[in-house]
Amino acid sequence: MSNKVIPKASINTDSGNDLDRKGFLGWLSVGWLAFAGATGGFFTLMIRFLFPNVLFEPPQSFKIGYPDDFTIGKVDTRFKKKYAVWVVRNDEGIYALSTVCTHLGCTPNWLEVEQKYKCPCHGSGFRKTGVNFEGPAPRPLERHSVSLASDGQIIVDKTMRFKWEKGEWEIEESFLKI
Amino acid sequence: MAEKEKKESLLSRLGESQVWKSIIRSGVPRNRRQRMYAVLGNVFLHLHPARLPKHAVKIGYTWCMGGLSFFLFVVLTITGILLMFYYRPTVEYAYTDIIDLTEQVPLGIMRELHRWGAHAMVLTVWLHMLRVFMTGSYKPPREFNWGVGVLLMTITLFLSFTGYLLPWDQLAIWAVTVGTNMARAHPFIGHEGPGASLLAIGDINLVHMGSDVRFALLGGRFVGEATLLRFYVLHCIAVPFIAMIFMAVHFWRIRKDGGISGPL
Repeated sequence: MSNKVIPKASINTDSGNDLDRKGFLGWLSVGWLAFAGATGGFFTLMIRFLFPNVLFEPPQSFKIGYPDDFTIGKVDTRFKKKYAVWVVRNDEGIYALSTVCTHLGCTPNWLEVEQKYKCPCHGSGFRKTGVNFEGPAPRPLERHSVSLASDGQIIVDKTMRFKWEKGEWEIEESFLKI
Repeated sequence: MAEKEKKESLLSRLGESQVWKSIIRSGVPRNRRQRMYAVLGNVFLHLHPARLPKHAVKIGYTWCMGGLSFFLFVVLTITGILLMFYYRPTVEYAYTDIIDLTEQVPLGIMRELHRWGAHAMVLTVWLHMLRVFMTGSYKPPREFNWGVGVLLMTITLFLSFTGYLLPWDQLAIWAVTVGTNMARAHPFIGHEGPGASLLAIGDINLVHMGSDVRFALLGGRFVGEATLLRFYVLHCIAVPFIAMIFMAVHFWRIRKDGGISGPL
């Protein structure tokens, strides 16, 4: 033992505390690590809190009716407001176009007289197929997956996206042959 | 004569009363030292230095742009709190509440003050930055405070951006749609950004439209009810709170870095 004299009055005698310097630093590290862990955990949870589990949005996948409900050569705008898709029927089948402009994400309008989708924000124009031909839009509108459900109705799945510039309009699900 | 004596004694009795002394604490400061103590002993006055170099009050040198930015922040806080008494951040009411605020609520100018004040603050913050740059005041030892200032400028722009959505008119909705679409392209945490496709387990993308930074900002996949509420909370509580913390650091550092910079 050291021959240093410890004044009796200066130490806490009734706690029986025999923590030395090393032990103290050890507990201090544990304390700080626990604090850092708790803080880190809290901030992680805080970030997680910002991502809701349930969204009060229209579903990403939905039924739009039977193939016969759609007229050949027509752009069906019934699903635009709720689901943000145009459903188009041509002689060969049906495709679902996203109503999100590929320029900056506004919503174009289908102009029946001019047979084009025209965006009010910056004037991008798209043909009925979704291919861009005027204004700043850099690429065609995206298509969503269309398929037939077991009850014969058409299902549109917006989680599937098909981009023309990647050749994805050739993929089977992007177009429902009838 | 007797009247005057009485008056003086009343005044001096007031000056010596416990109430007066507990509030004012010091008498009228008569010399430099006492004036300095009076300034240092008051929480509001001590925000200013007790003594200034002559050039610090020259409008041609500072343009007073930092001071004006802070002034506008205070104006925006006060008018903003007043607007909160009437504005409801829901899709159903937001737009009509703004119309109501402009046309029916007494002093409809309150909303215009908030709007114009916000425009002006963006302007003064930029001009403040320009002034600091042109006078070389970003140089050591003030380089840290320049960094804090850049953060404050970003915060100002974000406050402006979040406030833009709240009127919930067509301009607001589409401007914020366009603005937040930029977040899609953020590296790694935006679903269309570089590196986002690398964060995947097998075929399953971890960063997609329903989990990226834009989603966290909007509270959904598009600008809707959740976005309005989120931007409202960010605009009224979260971002001003962060701004105030950085402002405290900014003002503190001005003093600690030797006060306002000198002329070149």
